[in-house]
Amino acid sequence: MPTRIAPLAITAFTATSAAGRGREALARALRTRTGGLIDNAFSSVPLTCKIGRVGGLEDATLPAATAAFDSRNHRLAWIGLNQDGFLDGARAVVERYGASRIALVLGTSTSSIGETERAYRQLDAQGHFPSSQCRPQVHQPHALGMFVQRVLGVAGPCLTLATACSSSAKVFASAERLLRAGFADAAIVGGVDTLCDSVLFGFNSLELVSNEACRPFDANRRGLSLGEAAGFAILERLPQSGKIHKSTMLLLGYGESSDAHHMSAPHPLGLGAERALDDALARAGLRTEQVDYINLHGTASRQNDTVEAALIARRFPATVRASSTKGWTGHTLGAAGILEAAIALIALEQGFAPGTLNTRELDPVCGPQIRIDNSEANLRIALSNSFGFGGNNCCLALACAESRA
Amino acid sequence: MSAVLELGIEGIGVYAPSMPSWDAACEVLADGRALGTEAFVRPAPALLAVNERRRAPDSVLLALAVAEQACAMARRAPRDLANVFASSYGDLPINDYLCAVLANAPTELSPTKFHNSVHNAPAGYWTIASGCMASSTAVSAGPSSFAAGLLEAAMLAVSEGAPVLYAAFDVPASGPLAEVIACDAPFAVAFVLAPLSLSPLPPLRLSVCDHAAPGLASLPSSLHALRERNPAAASLPLLIALARGESCGLDFALHDDPNLPPSALHVGVVF
Repeated sequence: MPTRIAPLAITAFTATSAAGRGREALARALRTRTGGLIDNAFSSVPLTCKIGRVGGLEDATLPAATAAFDSRNHRLAWIGLNQDGFLDGARAVVERYGASRIALVLGTSTSSIGETERAYRQLDAQGHFPSSQCRPQVHQPHALGMFVQRVLGVAGPCLTLATACSSSAKVFASAERLLRAGFADAAIVGGVDTLCDSVLFGFNSLELVSNEACRPFDANRRGLSLGEAAGFAILERLPQSGKIHKSTMLLLGYGESSDAHHMSAPHPLGLGAERALDDALARAGLRTEQVDYINLHGTASRQNDTVEAALIARRFPATVRASSTKGWTGHTLGAAGILEAAIALIALEQGFAPGTLNTRELDPVCGPQIRIDNSEANLRIALSNSFGFGGNNCCLALACAESRA
Repeated sequence: MSAVLELGIEGIGVYAPSMPSWDAACEVLADGRALGTEAFVRPAPALLAVNERRRAPDSVLLALAVAEQACAMARRAPRDLANVFASSYGDLPINDYLCAVLANAPTELSPTKFHNSVHNAPAGYWTIASGCMASSTAVSAGPSSFAAGLLEAAMLAVSEGAPVLYAAFDVPASGPLAEVIACDAPFAVAFVLAPLSLSPLPPLRLSVCDHAAPGLASLPSSLHALRERNPAAASLPLLIALARGESCGLDFALHDDPNLPPSALHVGVVF
C-alpha cells in the first residue's frame, strides 16, 4: 500500500465541454440539469447517436504564432485555455517561478488524429498528403503538449500521457511526482480530446455507442455518448507556513492501476478499479466513510456501470453521494479525467452534488450511493474515477481545505 | 532547487536491426561495429501465446520483447512492476489503416484495430499477458519521448521506492503518413530501474538542466543513421556507455522547440 503524500494546492482550474465554456457555464448546466448532448451531424456519414459537441470550433482560430498547429483539438485547447482567466494565471505562474521550473503534463487519447483523418480525405491523385497537411507536429500523440508548451512558453519537463480514457486523471499523479522530486515548482496539467471519426466509428464498431443520449447506471442503458472537452489546472506545493485559505482546493491523493484482464472490457469484479481506489485513499490518508462525493466513470456501457456500481455499493456507506455526469457532456475520453476532476472541484466549492442526467430507473446493482437527483450538502472530500482501454485505471482524491460549515 | 534521481539499472532489453537482444547489442555497441543489413524479423515475446503473437501488431511485439528481456535480466517478475511505455508515434501502421478506412468506408472499421490504436495498447497487452495490476502509463513527448519517459519511470521508481519497468519503442510509418513522419526503422529498448536502496548496481544520476543537448556527432555512422530513423534510438548513446562500461554524462533534449528556452535531461552513468 502506498504511503501518504503531502497535499498539493490546486491554484487554478477550468473546463470547457458541451456543457459550456468555463466553470460558471458548467456549474449552471449542472444545477439546471441542462445537458449538452445533441444529434450527431459529425462526419460525412453521421451515425445515428447523440454527441457532446463544443459549438463554434469550426470558426475558431489559433494565435498567428501557432497557426501551423491548427486542428480541431488545438482549437478546443486554445478556447479552453482562454476560460476562467486560466491563460493569465498560467503566465503569471511562469513569470513567478521561471519557464524551466514549470512542468506541463497533458492527457489525450486521440490528440489531433482528426486532422490526420482529414489529410487522408484530401490525398492527391498520387496518394500524397497535400502540402497544407505536411505538418508532422500535428500528426502525432504529443501534438497537444507541443502546442500548449509553445502557447504558455514553458520549458520544464513536458509530456503527454495517452492511456485512453484515464489519460487526464493520471496527469495529476505524474505532476505530483515531478513536484515532490523537485523537478518543478508548479505543474500545469490538463487534457483535451475532440470528436473525430476514429472514435465515433471505433466505439460504434465495438457496439458501445447508444442511439440515444447516454443514461449512466440506468437499468435500460444502451451505451455511451461521445463528447469532447478541454480542461486545465495548476498544481503548486502548499506554503511551508502551512497557512492556506479555507477555500483552497487540494489534491490529496491518487491511485493508478491495471486490470490485467482485457483490452476493451473492465475486470468483471472491478479489482483494478478497487486497487486504484485503495491507493488513492492510502495516499490521501482517508477512509471511505470520509468521502462526501464521487464522480464516477459511469460511461453508460453495460459492463462499466455494472462493475463500478458494485464497487461503490460494497465499499462506501449509504451516505456518500455518487453520480456520473456524462449525461451532460458525453464521454470525453482522454479529457474525461480533467473535466470530471473540475466537476468534483465545483461540487466541493459550491456545496452541490450533481446527480445523474437522463437516467430514469437505476440498475438494481446500484447501491443508495448513486443518485439521480442533484443535492445540496456540505462537501469536503471528493473522488473522481477514470478508467480506460487496456484496463487502465485512475482514481483522484480531492478536497476543499476547510468545510463550508 | 536542483533535483537529482539516482537509480540502478537491473535489466536491459533491446530489439533493433542486428540487435535482437542486449547481448547482441553489446557486441555491436561495445566496439562500434557496423550494423548488419538483415531484414526485420518480428520478435516472439514468450508472454504471448502463439496465436496472440500472430495477431499482435509489431508495436506490441517490439515493446513486449524488450520488456520481457529486461525483466529476465533483472530477475524480476513482470507482474510485480509498475511500468512506463514511451513512444513518439504509437502504432503508425494502425493509424494509417484507421485513416484510410475512415476516408473510404468508415462503418467497416475493425473493432480490434480500433482498440489496438490506443497509445497504451502495448502497455495494456503487457499487463494482461503478465497479470500485472500495478500502475501502467503510456507517454509521448515528440522527439524527446525516450528522455521524458525515462524521467517519468525514474520518478515513479524513486517516489514509490520500488523497481519500475521502462520501455521505449517506435515502429516504421506506412502509407501516406510515412511521408510526413520520419520513422522508417524499428527500435525498442527497455530497462528495469530500481531505487538505489534496492540495487547495488552502478547508478544512473538523472537531473534536468537548462542548456541544449549537444548533437550526436560522436556516434559511429551506422548508429547515427539509425538514430535519425527512429526516435527511440535516441537511447543509443546511453546504451553504448552501458555496453562499454564507461562512466559519462549525457544530455537528452526535453523538447526541440527553438522558440522556447532549452531544456535537457542530464544522465550521469557512474561505473
